[in-house]
Amino acid sequence: MTDRTTTTAAAPPPAAAPPAPRTGPRSTAIEAAGLRKSYGSQEVLRGIDLTVPRGTVFALLGPNGAGKTTAVRILATLASADAGTVRVAGHDVRTERARVRRAISLTGQFAAVDEMQTGAENLRMMARLARTAGGGRLSRAAARTKAAELLTRFDLTEAADRLAKTYSGGMRRRLDLAASLAGSPEIIFLDEPTTGLDPRSRQELWSVVRELRAAGTTVFLTTQYLEEADQLADRIAVLDAGRIVAEGTAAELKRRVAGHRLDITLADSAAYLRLAPRALHSDPDARVLGFPTDGGAAEVRALLDELDPAHTAITHFTVHTATLEDVFLTLTGRPAPQSSTPQPTPPQPTPPQSPAPQEPTTPQEPTHA
Amino acid sequence: MPEALTDTLVMSGRALRMSRRNVDALITALALPVMLLLIFVYFFGGAIETGTTEQYVTYVVPGVLLLCAGFGSSNTAMAVVEDLKNGIIDRFRSLDISGAPILAGHVFASAARNLVATALVFALAFAIGFRPSATWAGWLAALGILVAFILALSWLSAAVGLLAKSPEAAGGFTFFVSFLPYPSSAFVPTDSMPSWLQGFAEHQPISQVIESLRGLLLGQPVGSTPWVALAWCAGILGVSVVGAGVLFRRRTA
Repeated sequence: MTDRTTTTAAAPPPAAAPPAPRTGPRSTAIEAAGLRKSYGSQEVLRGIDLTVPRGTVFALLGPNGAGKTTAVRILATLASADAGTVRVAGHDVRTERARVRRAISLTGQFAAVDEMQTGAENLRMMARLARTAGGGRLSRAAARTKAAELLTRFDLTEAADRLAKTYSGGMRRRLDLAASLAGSPEIIFLDEPTTGLDPRSRQELWSVVRELRAAGTTVFLTTQYLEEADQLADRIAVLDAGRIVAEGTAAELKRRVAGHRLDITLADSAAYLRLAPRALHSDPDARVLGFPTDGGAAEVRALLDELDPAHTAITHFTVHTATLEDVFLTLTGRPAPQSSTPQPTPPQPTPPQSPAPQEPTTPQEPTHA
Repeated sequence: MPEALTDTLVMSGRALRMSRRNVDALITALALPVMLLLIFVYFFGGAIETGTTEQYVTYVVPGVLLLCAGFGSSNTAMAVVEDLKNGIIDRFRSLDISGAPILAGHVFASAARNLVATALVFALAFAIGFRPSATWAGWLAALGILVAFILALSWLSAAVGLLAKSPEAAGGFTFFVSFLPYPSSAFVPTDSMPSWLQGFAEHQPISQVIESLRGLLLGQPVGSTPWVALAWCAGILGVSVVGAGVLFRRRTA
């Protein structure tokens, strides 16, 4: 059982890769180059490059099955890549795994806490097991103090002595996150931290992420919620079918689309159906279509004329900054799989022609039971 | 390796707390020995001729002990499956905890559960007429062999847990282990079995362990049987520990 060994014979040093740009290794938290991973014949990651500066929040945004979980597991040393190099906290994940593990913590998609232990017991256990950056450990008394501190911070003091199986989903998530902070990691991986949470719990989790960032912790999170990435992340990478299709700040990504969107309301459904194939955004119930534009008066005027030469089809228009949803659609040719704010759209009676054909959904990521 | 030791201690505390609270499994693990002992002594015992002068209860106690130890130890597989399923093993690994302490924690808890069940069997057996005539050394040796058997089977069970894809599959192992004492000298003398079965029944590890326990507890000459039993246990333990290490790495790669 040499899971802790720091050398793996099967992992030859990446001789072909150029020397890693070690300009200030302490300023880069995560650095991945040419990451590939297949499960059987299924390519899950097809060459991923990532750089996450220390102390920032980085979001890996993508639909189900894009490869997000696989990417996180590789970065967090739980899976090995078929090709590519990864440095986390300045250490190679293959050859210096123990050092990487000392610097990170991972919170998976499903709360990994012991249901048959109380919240306090779970946290005390994690605090006892976690190694500090120097490799040392907390004493029993220090672990107890740390656990009490985390219970207070995550508002679990009252429930501290109840079994975790009696916790609500939000409480369990908080306990899970508290457990991952027991070792005061410098880099935290959060795999879809808010999936399945109610809006209030989601807000709570967002504020925890902001606090972590304020305290200088690097946060790497995956999400399928565009709004979440927009709200939290300094930089966002859009992952689709194992490739990064865009990377940048939320503002940069929005600019890549066109910056703004012109939404027009159409007078009748004939006009709507005629223009729908060209639209970036469509809402058949309100008979609204959205088109990319730079937002300048000249271009908007020209676009309106072009869409409606007879000046009869368009009744209203608005211009607003493009959303990440627009970005996703433009980059992947598919609508975002799930909106972060569930819109009460009733079943669409006459689905308009989608601008891009509906791709068959990407294959599911293998689950890691 | 004080780090691995701390890990193992923390993991053992965890597994112990969790088994103490798993009331359903605990009741089964404690009720089963009691029921089996009563069934064998009062339902079957009257019709079984063991060819010895002791009461049947005295003959059957080692068998019941083994059956229960097998059943109790095999529950380790379920605990391991559960850990893999809910993702906590990934969390431990990201804390740089290796597989050995995690599994050792479950094995330790299994040993503790089994020793409680063993004490219960002895207490009940005494109450219904079990009269061993062992020396102190005999008692210690019998207990040592029983503990070795429990440890070997618990590690084997942990390895099976790493191999199993579901709790149901792990449950199948419990069934297999609970069945093994029947084709042995646990409940009836092997010379009452058909000859093709005798060879297996006399030499399978469970018979060796049972014959050792019986001989030691009743103060009879045992010859080399306890050593053979211990060798079996050590062999199963060694293969299981190595196998579990390989399986853990493969399962979590």
